[in-house]
Amino acid sequence: MASETKPVPLDFEQPLLALAQQIEMLENQLQSQPGLEADVKNLHEQYKILRRSIYSNLRPIDHLALARHVQRPYARDYFDRFDKNWIELHGDRKMADDPALVVGLVTVGPYKVVAIGTDKGRSLRQKQICNFGMPQPEGYRKALRMFEHAQKFALPILTLIDTPGAYPGMTAEEHNQAEAIALNLRVLASLKVPVVAVVTGEGGSGGALAIGLANRILMLEHAVYSVISPEGCASILWRSSDKVAAACEAMKMTAGEIHKLGIVDEVVKEPLGGAHTEYDQIAKTLQIALIRHLDTLTKLSPTRIKQDRLEKYRKIGSTIE
Amino acid sequence: MDLKEWFADRRKRQENLEIKQPLTTEEYCALWRQCFQCRELIYTRDLHSNLSVCPKCHYHFRIGAWERISQLTDEGSFKEIDASLSSTDPLKFFDTDSYSHRLEEASRKSGLRDAIITGAAQIKGKAVALGVMDFAHFGGSMGSVVGEKVARLIEYALHNKLPLIIVSSSGGARMQEGILSLMQMAKTSAALEGLHEAGILYISILSEPTYGGVTASFAFLGDIMIAEPGARIGFAGRRVIEQTIRQKLPNDFQTAEYLLKHGQVDMVIERRQLAETISRLVDFHQTIEFRPSAVKPKIEVVSIIEKNK
Repeated sequence: MASETKPVPLDFEQPLLALAQQIEMLENQLQSQPGLEADVKNLHEQYKILRRSIYSNLRPIDHLALARHVQRPYARDYFDRFDKNWIELHGDRKMADDPALVVGLVTVGPYKVVAIGTDKGRSLRQKQICNFGMPQPEGYRKALRMFEHAQKFALPILTLIDTPGAYPGMTAEEHNQAEAIALNLRVLASLKVPVVAVVTGEGGSGGALAIGLANRILMLEHAVYSVISPEGCASILWRSSDKVAAACEAMKMTAGEIHKLGIVDEVVKEPLGGAHTEYDQIAKTLQIALIRHLDTLTKLSPTRIKQDRLEKYRKIGSTIE
Repeated sequence: MDLKEWFADRRKRQENLEIKQPLTTEEYCALWRQCFQCRELIYTRDLHSNLSVCPKCHYHFRIGAWERISQLTDEGSFKEIDASLSSTDPLKFFDTDSYSHRLEEASRKSGLRDAIITGAAQIKGKAVALGVMDFAHFGGSMGSVVGEKVARLIEYALHNKLPLIIVSSSGGARMQEGILSLMQMAKTSAALEGLHEAGILYISILSEPTYGGVTASFAFLGDIMIAEPGARIGFAGRRVIEQTIRQKLPNDFQTAEYLLKHGQVDMVIERRQLAETISRLVDFHQTIEFRPSAVKPKIEVVSIIEKNK
């Protein structure tokens, strides 16, 4: 993240914050009392240990808080770091350009890719313009147009997902949100170019899946992916809005849990403290992982690439006969 | 017989007489149904013989999968496939009750193993692959079983070159199977890609109500989209939208007729006409193969030019 802004602390980081304040106080007294140096050093050690222990014992709801962190890097932040000269494209060629979905031509290491990502917007004004990262049908149709573009020029597709879900609005319904998502799913299944999807923050239901049907699905360590928002789940099943933590736990929505279910292919490690603390580092780690997956996928024949994707989804589910 | 005996005898006879209790609410409801739209009381047997459509205002009642199958298909033609497929509890999901217990409850109430019945059938003599969802089972929600059964039905249609008909009725994806339910959207849509590529007809019928993950996957991918009159169909629920945009929605929002007006479905068809419509559509698409030998416009054009010379 930009060096001049400090990371905004989360609830579960409060003990760390208290310790940091103590350290600061002692450091201020260091000038007058040099004997305190050992204590300060000791506290710094403790701070490190506490931080590591907090981050290795996160609850699902803590992961959710990190995934939704206001400073979480969004698609544009990654595209800028993968390729500072990336070219943004606009519009669905039918009626609108949805700012909640960013599309463009990006170079990732040795690969030229068609990149698609959701954008939540940074400032309040931008957030409103981007609908807080909830795409309209026009956004999904813009993505659809880019899938076809990639197919035509035999370019791999990279999608970065961070959305609470598809926008539930009146015009969204009138413009057939359901069909826009459904068609994306069918077209993504048909493509003969590699598709790699990364859940970088929130993977919110059908709105996330609409750009997430891929050969390889990656998730950042603190990202979440679920069938319904935990708030929605809590209000429907528990009929109570304060059961969000329980819903998070029940739905198995963290990267680790979804990896265990065999849906996600790789969990990408985030810097200690979350992706928002080190933009450059997470972009670099992600880029290395992406190149590794593209290396294997681009070696397959076009038919095999499609087959690989179909087989992956055909297997998902848990039934008995 | 003296008077005393006579009285004793009478008392005995009276005790033995069965006293008819007034009907319980349940029994009463089994006999009579009230129309949700025009409030008319309808004798249940009449309602069923009228395909569960109100004889007065044509309100289409929700119907179960088996009732739908008996209405649509030729008698005795339906052969169920994958009947024994059932849910597991992959996440060991627990809210106020466990998912495995809720599954048992749902099956007990609906008499079904899961929210869809699939099979091969004939509709007015046309062989089809048919899937019918049932809202009465777990809100018609799509979990692993519904996803798997739909995918297998699509493969069955593809393998046997049969037109695919799916009647949807669902609240969306099943939360209790978490991300696995979401992935069933991908699985069913990916399976439909095979059918699409092979050029096989898929008619999607949307009945009251069809929402969420089911609309955003196989239900909206039909080559022909048919909705039942008055059915409510959409992606997000009405309440969610009203809370988001903070304004009241029009009364007919998300009804079949509203969808027709907005170009989302091809037709709104009354239940009585449904089998006939499907059969005509299937018939039309069976002869779609283009045979150049059967068409002779070229030769005629040439001869006209020659005549003009």
